[in-house]
Amino acid sequence: MHVFRPLIVVLALAGTILIVRNFIVPSDFGVHESGYMYGWYRKSNEGEWKAVKVKYQGKEYCQDCHAESDQQVRSSRHNLIECENCHGPALEHPSNPAKLAIDRGRELCLRCHTHLAYPTSKRSEISGIDAESHNPGGDCVGCHNPHQASKPH
Amino acid sequence: MTRRDFFKHTLKGLGGIVLAQGLGEIFRPVAGQASLKPVRWVFLVDTYKCIGCGFCVKACKLENEIPFEANVSRTWVERYVVTKERKVFADTPKEARNGFTTGKVDLGMGRYRDIKNNEIEKAFFVPKLCNQCDKPPCVQVCPVGATYKTGDGITLVDREWCIGCGYCIMACPYGMRFIHPVIHVAEKCNFCYHRITQGKKPACVLACPVSARRIGNLKDAVDPVSKVILTQRVETHKGEYGTKPQVYYIGLSVEVR
Ligand code: HEC
Ligand code: HEC
Ligand code: HEC
Ligand code: HEC
Repeated sequence: MHVFRPLIVVLALAGTILIVRNFIVPSDFGVHESGYMYGWYRKSNEGEWKAVKVKYQGKEYCQDCHAESDQQVRSSRHNLIECENCHGPALEHPSNPAKLAIDRGRELCLRCHTHLAYPTSKRSEISGIDAESHNPGGDCVGCHNPHQASKPH
Repeated sequence: MTRRDFFKHTLKGLGGIVLAQGLGEIFRPVAGQASLKPVRWVFLVDTYKCIGCGFCVKACKLENEIPFEANVSRTWVERYVVTKERKVFADTPKEARNGFTTGKVDLGMGRYRDIKNNEIEKAFFVPKLCNQCDKPPCVQVCPVGATYKTGDGITLVDREWCIGCGYCIMACPYGMRFIHPVIHVAEKCNFCYHRITQGKKPACVLACPVSARRIGNLKDAVDPVSKVILTQRVETHKGEYGTKPQVYYIGLSVEVR
């Protein structure tokens, strides 16, 4: 008998663990499409990720309300730049936020226009300036129209 | 039937059921579970096109709510400058969330290296993001089943199940994973799963002004990105690890680590 007693204790312990596990682990936790090695998970988590809120809307979203800006950018050499790169994610603008940010800083333009003569990179093909000598201190948009990518007249 | 026989048979029967269930969990047939339209998300990066503006990093951080000023990111852009003397300088200042606005290469510890144009042999930008491996080591090491591969090939993290132990961060040979500074669980690029499953492009792809970043479906024969991957000379990163990475690069160079 003294051999079986500990055995019973162990079995009872294992039983409790199994019962508790049954309550803790959700029913959709198991092996899914990618097999045991890579696909052992809680299925409803996929839906949780799909429900993340979209924040960047794309420029088609802006064109009806900001037709003028859209037309300016579209007909300029900046047409490859998304509005939201310069103005930030639209979220549910104009209901929330009511206005998008306007960044008049030099750093925004220097992301592309600091001249870097890098062979084998398209960066070297963008008309670049040296920030330290090209009108330092002045806002780029004080002289250049950011939507039209224009040189001052 | 004797009492002894009764116990014997019930034990055998129960054992059989438990074993069968356990085996079923390990070897579940996957056929028949496949979705109607087969999808395998893949990514294509063209390092010739990348201009290092860093709008992809900015968009990624804002879209996926990674604190902007924190020095962690789901994606980043590296710069490589190789001199005529074959010296390699590489940096990614603040993951390039503000782009590359100076020619001085950041050597760390507040030191910078100004490399003259005539010294440069080649120089280019390399965007990095999760490779959504076919054989993800980060998933294998997770002790609690909190990270997994979806049927369409994306490796996700279950934020509720993750215990933040950090094994996956060690396991990823690409350094793609980090602990989310606010939520304190493992965080990684998931090709903007919430966007691609709605037919939208990932935020970084949308933000890229020069189409250096593209997403595609490898199981779609007419998909322009899979066409490039199948018909042109593309390269993946650290293939020797056997992870079968699914981010393909045009113009990858030996200097890229
Ligand atoms: C449904 C209409 C609507 C859409 C869509 C819309 N906007 Fe607006 N936007 C407005 C309104 C209304 C204002 C507030 C104008 C004001 O108060 O002067 C505004 C303000 C702005 C401002 C600030 C202007 C200023 O003078 O301060 C910017 C920048 C802006 N929008 C950019 C965008 C961009 C970029 C998009 C696309 C991603 C967009 N908007 C989409 C209606 C819209
Ligand atoms: C290269 C960066 C950049 C891009 C791309 C860009 N904007 Fe702007 N936008 C600016 C700046 C800078 C200003 C402020 C201009 C000023 O103060 O002179 C501005 C001003 C505005 C304003 C305020 C009204 C005005 O015209 O002054 C609106 C509205 C606006 N932008 C909408 C858009 C929309 C819509 C798009 C996309 C079609 C877009 N912007 C693309 C940088 C940009
Ligand atoms: C995403 C990169 C990018 C950003 C950010 C950007 N630009 Fe540009 N810009 C370009 C490209 C590309 C062109 C057209 C091709 C070229 O210049 O070679 C251009 C053209 C121009 C031109 C015309 C250059 C010429 O040779 O005539 C001016 C001026 C200009 N941009 C000013 C600005 C200003 C001001 C800002 C900031 C508000 C800005 N850009 C932000 C990419 C950018
Ligand atoms: C005081 C006005 C002024 C300011 C401020 C200014 N620019 Fe200019 N920029 C000019 C003028 C004038 C030209 C045309 C003359 C020239 O080609 O040098 C020019 C030319 C350019 C060109 C075309 C260069 C080329 O080689 O064709 C680019 C690109 C440019 N600027 C970008 C910028 C950027 C980016 C900023 C901000 C960091 C900026 N500018 C600030 C006046 C200004």
